Amino acid sequence: MSEVRKIESAKDLSDLQSQLAGERNPEKAVITVCGGTGCRANGSMELAEALSKELNAQGLDDSVEIKLTGCHGFCQESPLLEINPHKIFYRRVGREDLEGDVKAIVEKTIKNKEVVDHLLYEDPVDGEKKEDYGEIPFYSKQTRIVLRNSGKIDPKSIGDYIARDGYSALAKVLEMDPEEVIKCVTDSQLRGRGGAGFPTGVKWGFCRNAENKEQRYIICNADEGDPGAFMDRSIMEGDPHSVIEGMLIGAYAISKGVAPAAGYIYIRAEYPLAVENITKAIEDAEAMGLLGDNILGSGFSFHIKIKQGAGAFVCGEETALIASIEGQRGMPASRPPFPATSGLFGKPTNINNVETWVNVPCIINRGAEWFNSVGTEKSKGTKVFSLVGKVKNSGLVEVPMGMTLREIVFDIGGGILDDKEIKAVQTGGPSGGCIRADLLDLPVDYEKLAEVGAIMGSGGLVVMDEDTCMVEVSRYFIEFTQKESCGKCVSCRLGTRQMLEILSDITSGKGTEKDLDMLEELGVSVKLGSLCGLGQTAPNPILTTLRYFRDEYEAHIKDSKCPAGACEAMMAYSVIADKCVGCGACLRACPVDAVSGEKKQPHEIDQEKCIRCGACYSACKFEAILKE
Amino acid sequence: MSGCMKPEELERRLAPVFGKFGSKQEYLIPLLQAVQEELNYLPAEAIQRVSEYLAVPISRVYGVVTFYTQFYLKPQGRNKIKICQGTACHVRGAKTLQDAVQGKIGVAPGETSEDGEFSVERVACIGSCALAPAMIANNKIHGPMTPEKVEKLLDQIREGQGA
Repeated sequence: MSEVRKIESAKDLSDLQSQLAGERNPEKAVITVCGGTGCRANGSMELAEALSKELNAQGLDDSVEIKLTGCHGFCQESPLLEINPHKIFYRRVGREDLEGDVKAIVEKTIKNKEVVDHLLYEDPVDGEKKEDYGEIPFYSKQTRIVLRNSGKIDPKSIGDYIARDGYSALAKVLEMDPEEVIKCVTDSQLRGRGGAGFPTGVKWGFCRNAENKEQRYIICNADEGDPGAFMDRSIMEGDPHSVIEGMLIGAYAISKGVAPAAGYIYIRAEYPLAVENITKAIEDAEAMGLLGDNILGSGFSFHIKIKQGAGAFVCGEETALIASIEGQRGMPASRPPFPATSGLFGKPTNINNVETWVNVPCIINRGAEWFNSVGTEKSKGTKVFSLVGKVKNSGLVEVPMGMTLREIVFDIGGGILDDKEIKAVQTGGPSGGCIRADLLDLPVDYEKLAEVGAIMGSGGLVVMDEDTCMVEVSRYFIEFTQKESCGKCVSCRLGTRQMLEILSDITSGKGTEKDLDMLEELGVSVKLGSLCGLGQTAPNPILTTLRYFRDEYEAHIKDSKCPAGACEAMMAYSVIADKCVGCGACLRACPVDAVSGEKKQPHEIDQEKCIRCGACYSACKFEAILKE
Repeated sequence: MSGCMKPEELERRLAPVFGKFGSKQEYLIPLLQAVQEELNYLPAEAIQRVSEYLAVPISRVYGVVTFYTQFYLKPQGRNKIKICQGTACHVRGAKTLQDAVQGKIGVAPGETSEDGEFSVERVACIGSCALAPAMIANNKIHGPMTPEKVEKLLDQIREGQGA
């Protein structure tokens, strides 16, 4: 769509939708290149430019459209592109030979409708090459509600969003009674996707019914800080208008007839592309009259401001986030009062996470009953996970609630990297827990995950294999929460520090048998004595690994051994004389001069001087360093 | 660098930045972000000016500056290297990248090289988990990285080919 024009009414919007549908030529070839962060890092912007140049040079630029979309999710195989209507999916395009791949795509696929064999995805399970991405298990096993537009539309084009029914849920809602909207969301049984799983419709109701009649604040929590999670980043990069539409619907339901509403999107500054795309989306929506004053001629007004975070994990907690928007240190406040009665600037405030907001337009368009049909008894709809770690197909996946971890890791994820043994799956980041491999048939929903001591969390799903040390992973998480603890509650500030010190002792071979009891005791105290979610959940990774992997802790303490071979302090490095060619690579790599030896003679490592950094092991090209 | 900046120079550079914000405490964080964007860090004189402009006690401003990891009280290097500490990067070897960076340019995380060329930082998850282990060099994300690729990248940056 070339021009942005003001839409005055619901009818205007549906006319525009029909017009956009009419303009589309289904025969015209469209190359969609993924412009998500993952693909960009592997050169997708250069790829799009090279394609455009080549098409231009061949005089094909009028008959082929190049569309730069948001994240397709399959980041492992980036850069990705799809050619329609041919339904051909290429991956790793231009990683090795950009010019050659671009020429091949234009010559073969665009001109002669043939496939370029080496760019097709090869299924690691059956070894078959797949043309259509619908045939690739990574995609075919997913159910895409939240990611409905990701990878399909140009996130910078409001016309693309409108053409796919964008803003029709808003138009529908503007003719509904606000209470009716809240009832629809309540009936859908949508629960907060930020981690806690509170029923969204009920939350909206609290805020609408708050006593104060001066103001309502509607906030989108886009402060995605869980390490190992990038769902919200991809949604904002790939489909920013759906976040805005969700917020508009929430604002209408909560404030119409009660008080004026204003919106904020609190977004991490570490996500520059997401900030850029959402900023553009707000400007375009305002220019078209879909956001701002008198929206679609309904008399309803709503503005959205962007606030960028400044790097504090605790600001994902809603009261801390509010403090940060107000220009203060991001420290949580005790509740009650809940934000629904007294939040931002002391006014009733409703905060939902990005993924929650994006579900809303779909629920309005397709009905509560439809949403109810997906998922399990108490967890409805889908969940987006960032499937990462030691898994073959890393990326963003959306699955119906109730799918088993095994299906997610092995069917969608393609199994474990280098075909090693899976040891555990970690969900919920530093607030979550590690689930042992024998529990992989667990259906994923809020309740089932809580039963095994983990949590749904915001959606990070990190796969760990036999080389991952669970004690070291616990140490990693508690180091993170210790650093991010705001310091307000003593039990969190000092308790996480104590736990970190104990775990550091254990991983460096200085642990004692009393330590494990102490960790459990501290864990319980920190959970009980902390005000916010950060402290209340910080001990979870330790408590779950103590429950499922106690033997690993004991091996570190009693036998001074790290069964996974990951804890450096427990490793000893020596030179295998038969394999050593005396190249001197290890000698040069050693930071403490612990390696000695003449050129072309087997070298030696002085165990007294060695600090077990592993530099020699990494430097050796002849596998002549033994690590045990 | 701005370490020995004259008061007039500071005033000249900050005036347009301040002009974009109203004088309300709500703007404290965005204003500090904008000042740091202009000066590359937050010198004491600039913090003083922010405190006066917003009529927020200087202790409160320092409270905010030291609370959020994004703010720097010391000048940063011309090239900013950030090593991701997310879970996926951690289990796929973020430590080896840190060692490689330190081995190559001798700058430990949280420090800046003496010549002001490089700053190295360990940062919270950058949300590029499928590229693990990942790092950012001057705002561009690189991954998956290996110690060899790190060395090559640092060489390129030093030779001015950029990152």
